[in-house]
Amino acid sequence: MQQSREHTLKAFDQDLDRLRALISEMGGLAEHAISEAMRCLTQRDVEGAQRVVAEDKKLDVLEIETERRAVQLIALRAPMASDLRDVVAALKISGVVERIGDYAKNIAKRVPLLENVGKIEPISLLPEMARIAAGMVHEVLDAFVERDAQAAVRVCERDTAVDDFYDSIFRTLLTHMMENPHNIGQSAHLLFVAKNLERIGDHATNIAEMVYYAATGEHMLDRPGKSPRV
Amino acid sequence: MAIPARRRIADVVAFAFATAATVFGLFWLAWILWTTLRQGAAALSPALFRDMTPPPGATGGLLNAFYGSGVMILLGLVLGAPVGIAAGTYLAEHGRYSRLAAIVSFVNDILLSAPSIVIGLFVYELVVRPSGHFSGYAGAIALAMILLPIVTRTTEESLRLVPDQMREAGFALGLPRWRVTRRILYKAALSAILTGVLLGVARIAGETAPLLFTALNNQFWSSSLNGPLANVPVVIFQYAMSPYDEWHVLAWAGAFILTAFVLLLNISVRVLARKGKDR
Amino acid sequence: MNDTATALRLSPTNIGSAAATRTAIEIRDLDFYYGKQGKGQALKSVNMSVPANSVTAIIGPSGCGKSTLLRTINRIFEMYPDQYATGEIVIDGANVLDRRYPVSDLRRLVGMVFQKPTPFPSSIRANVAFALSYYERLSKAELNDRIEDALRQAALWDEVKDKLNQSALSLSGGQQQRLCIARTIAVRPEILLLDEATSALDPISTAKVEELIDELRQRFSIVIVTHNMQQAARVSQNTAFFHLGELIEFGRTSDIFTNPREQRTKDYITGRYG
Repeated sequence: MQQSREHTLKAFDQDLDRLRALISEMGGLAEHAISEAMRCLTQRDVEGAQRVVAEDKKLDVLEIETERRAVQLIALRAPMASDLRDVVAALKISGVVERIGDYAKNIAKRVPLLENVGKIEPISLLPEMARIAAGMVHEVLDAFVERDAQAAVRVCERDTAVDDFYDSIFRTLLTHMMENPHNIGQSAHLLFVAKNLERIGDHATNIAEMVYYAATGEHMLDRPGKSPRV
Repeated sequence: MAIPARRRIADVVAFAFATAATVFGLFWLAWILWTTLRQGAAALSPALFRDMTPPPGATGGLLNAFYGSGVMILLGLVLGAPVGIAAGTYLAEHGRYSRLAAIVSFVNDILLSAPSIVIGLFVYELVVRPSGHFSGYAGAIALAMILLPIVTRTTEESLRLVPDQMREAGFALGLPRWRVTRRILYKAALSAILTGVLLGVARIAGETAPLLFTALNNQFWSSSLNGPLANVPVVIFQYAMSPYDEWHVLAWAGAFILTAFVLLLNISVRVLARKGKDR
Repeated sequence: MNDTATALRLSPTNIGSAAATRTAIEIRDLDFYYGKQGKGQALKSVNMSVPANSVTAIIGPSGCGKSTLLRTINRIFEMYPDQYATGEIVIDGANVLDRRYPVSDLRRLVGMVFQKPTPFPSSIRANVAFALSYYERLSKAELNDRIEDALRQAALWDEVKDKLNQSALSLSGGQQQRLCIARTIAVRPEILLLDEATSALDPISTAKVEELIDELRQRFSIVIVTHNMQQAARVSQNTAFFHLGELIEFGRTSDIFTNPREQRTKDYITGRYG
């Protein structure tokens, strides 16, 4: 749902574009953090993981910047209707993306603690799960910039895949832990990694709801395939 | 940005011209006042206001002339001002979109610039001839006819100056037109209307020609308006043209008093106008 | 729409319009013409129901007919012979637009305050009593009571109670406007029309008048015309958007400003004037 015309006050458009650009930038950083963290995990790249942890600070800075710009926009431009919904959405989304970055950071932090990780079979499922989660983040933020409500709905639908992955990994890891009690520590870490990815998926759907409301002014009330989590 | 010399010079020259013109105008006024004062000084005493116009060769005053002028001006005011105000109100309020009002306004303008001697002649035919004698009534009627268009015009202008929002506010309260006019518009335009009336009075105070045909003049004291009535302008006319020195002096004195009176009226108009603006 | 959402919409400022289902003014098929032989048309087929005891704001670009609409409701346009209106405006079951409906009755029922404060050139007391003494026979004591009542309702009493006999023109702009409001509500109309009533005032006076409007809506049905959208958002429960003489959208203020339905409304309130 595109806005058909520009504001009479060009500076208003510029402010909104800058806000959207900030969200895009945050999204890019978060996506990269997820894939990088997963790569370091499977390849046991400890230095790479440290870089991921360090770069999370950038997301924190961008979130503060987004909040500042959004508040300024509200005070100075008095946005109405769709503009107002966009600004409020940007504000909320920046917080969620920052949380997503924190989850990626958490994954990276576990890399040094996983020495014998190659021996654990279920790890092979994780990269695919991460790919889907990162993909969801990418798509939902594109949907925000494009004000595409339907794309947001599709992102919500993809969350079932992530949840299914989590269920599968959970069962497999449990079995592995029961069969290999000496590896419980490592397996537990992997469980947490899987949980982080699942949470990233959930956050992406939260963002999708915000995008839907911003674009249409209505709430996405029926969300596809939501079942309670452990 | 400095103002170029050329412009500054032009500014100074224009200012100089304006000042010169003002001084020029004021000079004549001051000269008239000074001349009349000087020439009539001998007669400027309480006697001026106590004694009647004297026979040739004797000294006297201008009491009967002042009285006659005063009475006729007052009567002219009473006859002419209410009609003028009513007409001005009609033109400004009721007749805004009517053809008749446009015609009335046009006729009023003609009357405004009619030569006063013509008006005097008209009243002569209308009043003096049928009644068989000159009278103060005829004089007052002539003065009223000169006052009328002035008051009509100024009343109309004054009322038009009151912004339409005032009228709308009055009508929005549900008040009928006459109430809005009387209790709001008149109050708002009061000083302007009064100014118009005073200016009219200043004008008729000095009118000589119409009185020649109507009130003529009276050597003696007369309080009856039904006969010839003494008045200042005609006395000045008569006495100035005469060969008697005492009469000349009285004429000058009369001229001074008349000029001072008109000057005083105009000053009052200014004071009133400023009071109106201060509100 | 689930119940939590409905319940959450009933915030304190909106309760008035949710509860008030009575219509104060019913406008049907209103057309307005002006100029020689009605060449210009300022309003086109306007249909609108103004709810009672609430504030309805009329917004739109200049020339859209919002002031014209107000001036049709109390027939003040009849001052100008080239202007006329067709259609119906129903108040209390009667079509007030009909020439046979006495205009003084209409203007007692419907009061109007204009953009420029127009105190009459008399004392403050006389201003408030102006229409009162025309419509009603009151004893001196009753008149004074009504004057005080009107000035209190207009949030002006405390500021002028010691100088009621002073000229109304000695008041500040904001006070003058509140005096005009007091003068209008003194005759206890049902409906108040405010035509850009704060446009000529400074921000503090504007805020005081807006607060006054919010208090007054308990007793009167108020229609305001404003070119200031933020004011419409602050003060009204319902908003009507006009464009080129037509009513484009009418709804609850909170809906109009967060999620309008019509594209033209969206464009106007977000500042996309094209």
